[in-house]
Amino acid sequence: MAFISSGYNPDKPMENRITDIGPRKYDEFYPEVIRNNKGKWKYHEILKPGVLVHVSETGDKVFTVRCGGARLMSVTHIREICDIADKHCGGHVRFTTRNNIEFMVDSQDKLDPLVKDLEGRKFDGGSFKFPIGGTGAGVTNIIHTQGWIHCHTPATDASGPVKATMDTLFEEFQDHRMPAHVRVSLACCLNMCGAVHCSDIAILGYHRKPPILDHEYLDKMCEIPLAVAACPTAAIKPAKVEFNGQTLNSVAVKNERCMFCGNCYTMCPSMPLADTEGDGIVLMVGGKVSNRISTPKFSKVVVAFIPNEAPRWEQTTSTIKRIIDTYSNDAKKYERIGEWAERIGWERFFDKCELDFSHHLIDDFRDPAYYTWRQTSQFKF
Amino acid sequence: MAKHETPLLDQLESGPWPSFVSDLKQEAESRAKNEKGIEYQIPQDVCEDILGVLELSYKHGRTHWKHGGIVGVFGYGGGVIGRYCDQPKMFPGVAHFHTMRVNQPAGKFYTTDYLKKICDLWEFRGSGVTNMHGSTGDIILLGTTTPQLEEIFHELTHNMDQDLGGSGSNLRTPADCIGAARCEYACYDTQALCYDLTQEYQDELHRPAFPYKFKFKFDGCPNCCVASIARSDMSFIGTWRDNIRIDQETVKAYIGGEIAPNAGAHSGRDWGAFDIQKEVNDLCPTGCMYMDGDKLVIDDKECTRCMHCINVMPQALRIGEDRGLSILVGAKAPILDGAQMGSLLVPFIKVEEPYDEIKEVIEAIWDWWMEEGKNRERLGELIKRQGFQKLLEATNIKAIPQHVQEPRHNPYIFWKEDEVEGGWDRDINKFRKDHLR
Repeated sequence: MAFISSGYNPDKPMENRITDIGPRKYDEFYPEVIRNNKGKWKYHEILKPGVLVHVSETGDKVFTVRCGGARLMSVTHIREICDIADKHCGGHVRFTTRNNIEFMVDSQDKLDPLVKDLEGRKFDGGSFKFPIGGTGAGVTNIIHTQGWIHCHTPATDASGPVKATMDTLFEEFQDHRMPAHVRVSLACCLNMCGAVHCSDIAILGYHRKPPILDHEYLDKMCEIPLAVAACPTAAIKPAKVEFNGQTLNSVAVKNERCMFCGNCYTMCPSMPLADTEGDGIVLMVGGKVSNRISTPKFSKVVVAFIPNEAPRWEQTTSTIKRIIDTYSNDAKKYERIGEWAERIGWERFFDKCELDFSHHLIDDFRDPAYYTWRQTSQFKF
Repeated sequence: MAKHETPLLDQLESGPWPSFVSDLKQEAESRAKNEKGIEYQIPQDVCEDILGVLELSYKHGRTHWKHGGIVGVFGYGGGVIGRYCDQPKMFPGVAHFHTMRVNQPAGKFYTTDYLKKICDLWEFRGSGVTNMHGSTGDIILLGTTTPQLEEIFHELTHNMDQDLGGSGSNLRTPADCIGAARCEYACYDTQALCYDLTQEYQDELHRPAFPYKFKFKFDGCPNCCVASIARSDMSFIGTWRDNIRIDQETVKAYIGGEIAPNAGAHSGRDWGAFDIQKEVNDLCPTGCMYMDGDKLVIDDKECTRCMHCINVMPQALRIGEDRGLSILVGAKAPILDGAQMGSLLVPFIKVEEPYDEIKEVIEAIWDWWMEEGKNRERLGELIKRQGFQKLLEATNIKAIPQHVQEPRHNPYIFWKEDEVEGGWDRDINKFRKDHLR
């Protein structure tokens, strides 16, 4: 493979350099019906799960078909999306915040052929390429992080658990029978690139073992002060260690203070945390970001640890399914999981969902912990 | 015949949800065949090696990626994430596997023409694997080698009029909801504001000069579809301060069962006939709605704009017309001191080009944070450490009851000298004239 230059000259990096131009302007990409009706939309209806119509004051309508997708996507797959958009949507397509793909058409007669086309496309392995759904009172696509496909600190995979979970919840993606929206998110370590901390169901990768110290290489590969400073709980200090008769500069870790965040490993590759038995999944529930009815809420930890069970994460998916089914049977219309749990009480939530409670689930991290203990004689037996 | 056996990953090809494994395999096959005769600039079997290294992680229950080292494009401090495989001999195709973040267009609308150009570029100079999109909002180009970084940047900027996004301690790529483009709830044009601020602050986006990352997100209404209130240092949430517009005839149509409530969002189950009292008025968090005969009355002065009634009856109720946005600050994920939700700083601000009023708030906050923030301290943590009052001082905003959920629980007020008559300098001898030793 011969190197082919783009025209960039490494000897003169500033020659004809273009910088700071930002993204393309959004309105270059609007379909005509969007351009003509922006700011004039009057109302919308969900015609069936995954299919919306927005009606404008001008009388125009835009029909949207929402499809789930793995956010990990090849260019072959994106080209197929483009082919569909060229065939049905005048060469326009959009993506949602939750990694769904939206195909839009400007009249109802274009809708059925689009839906049929999308429903008919499958990967060789048998899964749908473009399952339609993800609207209304159902389960929409999972937002997630990179996991084992590309990250250096994950405690679980991302794409795999997401696929396994969405296979389990697939009927709910294509239906509207939940009491309210259910938003599931996954972050593969507690640094939470995926900001899952306000989700109805959060799947969180978690390490449980402090870093292993590669003393022989630590001082050669790392800036020790950076590794020390990286620790959020000040568990790391510089140390001299004896190694093969030599005294080496290294670090010491106060293991009982480690919160397993991996920030030290980001600064210092000689402090890996990953461990087959140590790593796994924490489940959090009851968060939301919408201001609807109740104010936004953080998710709460309800399962302290589930081992990584690649490739299908059976305990994780079955526990999520059980929580969602219990919620679906028990909550009132419009009630989100967190609102339901607060109404029935968390002690009742654990009962109904058949989840064990343990000391791990009582907050002991700094000041906010106090506000989560029960400061009333009101509780349920 | 696949380069690596992947018995564990193969189990993720079945089931209805789109399989990323099947997709990676089809990309591997496409590269192997190379029907278009592309002179691939990174190894042709890169996708085979992604599958191989991922299979190994499935076997070990551990990642096989190492953190980056410093790679990037000249003059920028962000936009490229370095990544290396810890088994380069087993998987040479992904030995170097850097990510590039490409700043997505606001609203994530695309023409196929644009997407195809991205695909052509990324197939030629990268792995052909992407994320559409990353958590922050960028188009993520997943996996290329160091020599290709400048070439890709050159092609993006010269041929596609397209820049990279942010990473590291800088302004991260701003992101927004669909807004007025296709949503009747949008209280301002999220795309216009997102684009304008992204362009205005290109320097902050590309050249890390902050204590830590900084995120803007734009939600057109309090439904918060991009979760700005939970995950952005500055969250811009659309709102209004006049009255919800009511179409009484359409309210009657909802009551009469002619229109499905909540735009049909509950169509999968029989919840019984729509009951406006139970489903709307009784659920209103401020109790400011009631029926006067067959007429719906809203005491708008008491409304906190939670959106519930509008969500339930979108054809009958519409957002007000005196629109703007609220600014909330300091949201972040739990690392380190626990998760923080955004705290209300500016209850209402009009959204008008060139957005000077909004930029004044942003720049005042940055000045304070860059002066006072410790290394790797998010804005929310600085506010907690120094107090909300310091934020008000820095932004020259007057304290109002809307800033708090409730007033303080303790009387430990840190009075300032100039707030107390006569100041703090006192004469002990004068005091002793009245109070003997």
